[in-house]
Amino acid sequence: MPASAPSASPASAVDMEQHARRDARADRLFSILAAAAGWFVLITLTGAALSMLWGGREAFATFGWSFFVSEEWDPVNKQFGALVPIYGTIVTALIALIIAVPVSFGIALFLTEVAPEWMRGPIGSAVELLAGIPSIIYGMWGLFVLVPIMGEHVFPWLNDNLGEWPWIGALFQGPPLGIGMLTAGIVLAIMIIPFISAVTRDVFLTVPTRLKESAYALGSTTWEVVWDIVLPYTRSAVIGGIFLGLGRALGETMAVTFVLGNSHRLTPSLLEPGNSIAATIANEFSEADSEIYLSSLMALGFVLFVVTFIVLVIAKLMLLRVQRQGGR
Amino acid sequence: MNLYTRRRIRNVLALVISGATTVFALFWLFWILWTTFSYGVSALSPSLFTQMTPPPGDEGGLLNALVGSAMMSLLAIAIGTPLGVAAGTFLAEYAQHRPIGSIIRFVNDILLSAPSIVLGLFVYTLVVAQMGHFSALAGAIALSFIALPVIVRTTDEMLRLVPSAMREAALSLGVPQWKVTVQVLYRAAMPGIVTGVLLALARISGETAPLLFTALNNQYWSTDLLAPIANLPVVIFQYAMSPYPEWNAMAWAGAFILTLFVLLLSISARAILLRKKMTHE
Repeated sequence: MPASAPSASPASAVDMEQHARRDARADRLFSILAAAAGWFVLITLTGAALSMLWGGREAFATFGWSFFVSEEWDPVNKQFGALVPIYGTIVTALIALIIAVPVSFGIALFLTEVAPEWMRGPIGSAVELLAGIPSIIYGMWGLFVLVPIMGEHVFPWLNDNLGEWPWIGALFQGPPLGIGMLTAGIVLAIMIIPFISAVTRDVFLTVPTRLKESAYALGSTTWEVVWDIVLPYTRSAVIGGIFLGLGRALGETMAVTFVLGNSHRLTPSLLEPGNSIAATIANEFSEADSEIYLSSLMALGFVLFVVTFIVLVIAKLMLLRVQRQGGR
Repeated sequence: MNLYTRRRIRNVLALVISGATTVFALFWLFWILWTTFSYGVSALSPSLFTQMTPPPGDEGGLLNALVGSAMMSLLAIAIGTPLGVAAGTFLAEYAQHRPIGSIIRFVNDILLSAPSIVLGLFVYTLVVAQMGHFSALAGAIALSFIALPVIVRTTDEMLRLVPSAMREAALSLGVPQWKVTVQVLYRAAMPGIVTGVLLALARISGETAPLLFTALNNQYWSTDLLAPIANLPVVIFQYAMSPYPEWNAMAWAGAFILTLFVLLLSISARAILLRKKMTHE
């Protein structure tokens, strides 16, 4: 420690003044450094968006709007359209949501109303562990374990039983390969369940006890309390949680790359190989041999970024709304 | 059947289904862990840790990939921690009630959930395209962008949990604010910040997608930061997708090591937080 003991001599008064000035300087420097780091976070996000827009400018300029509606993906003739990957991304994410939303709701209900107190912590942590497993493990498990089961049992069954139906039959016709959008959707569902259920559980816990107890006192069953009191009270946060999961599902790369099959053919069937934006980029980036090929992949990345950005902004706004409500 | 019975039946049904959905989620967890464990353990051998990644059909190990992953992850943490802690400090201490604070917090939360592949493309344009070749440094930078929002968020949250009486007591003694932050607040929030760093490490050590266009891969031993480097996730990806059974087995061994490491990290991070909570109560 520098000597700063108070004394009466004029020399030490000067000393203290110098000390105070040094402190003020250090304070200013520290706050500038902290602010710079804060701004860096902002710059990262904008930089990521701009860099991909810049990288994809050639593709956007060459193909224009037809980039989004053309299903052609032909590296040899240098024709690129993003319809198949965009379609695959949306379809796999929707399948994931259809499975994950009811399951997550059930888990949240179980963890907040049904399970005995001692069970809630361990089971909640176990479900959250699912979120900690690296996505490449999901992909490998999907490829080596889920794909054979889907190919041998599930796909033929769907094909035989649902394939002949009018309208939806087209969704379930296909060879029993086991890879395809349905398998990818299932893997994605398993991956996003912990995210959605964690958010749902946390907001269910914010519902005031007196609100629930009033309903119980009127003779409601547990289910009626959850469905008619808890869910309406937390609606926007639950939707926020679902969108958070959707954002994850849209951008997930490795798990989907393993089980999707990397095919650039547009097909309505969920049982045939397809593609997604992230999987296309992961599979083809290192073999992109022409400017326009690389640029098209960058443009795909930009599309993915914009879509997930919008979804995540909606999710955050929905969640913020409830936080404000709860803070009141 | 009267209304009363109908309501009770519906209630019981709903509660049973909610239990079933929980079992459903845990079922996948155990299945995935069990698969990784059983395939992984049978492929484990000491040579994994002493030999390099082999060409197809040959014996070998994962030494270069393990070392490469460790190097890049640690470098990413070394870049991301000071930045993340500083940004978290800015949010909690300097921009608490300013609009810029809520904007950065919002953006950081989006960055936290943003697809990692997008950040990989960003670093590709930023570093790889400028340098003209893939490199370990680019991989580490990409990973640090993924670690950053995790550290920012935990630092911000943990600093805001520190009671303001502590700040006021230190400031009233005439201690300058930066010293209060470093010597009082960081010390109080240390377990939380360490947890954030551990969670960030757990997150980036399994991250594959951004490495595909930054660090690429290297079949040989390399510790050169400016050259492509072998790393566990990309090796697992390539070996798992390959048609050779020996490579597949090694991919499972790698997957087992990775999963074990990541799960141990996230469990110990939780344990630190839990202990902190208990000592506070």
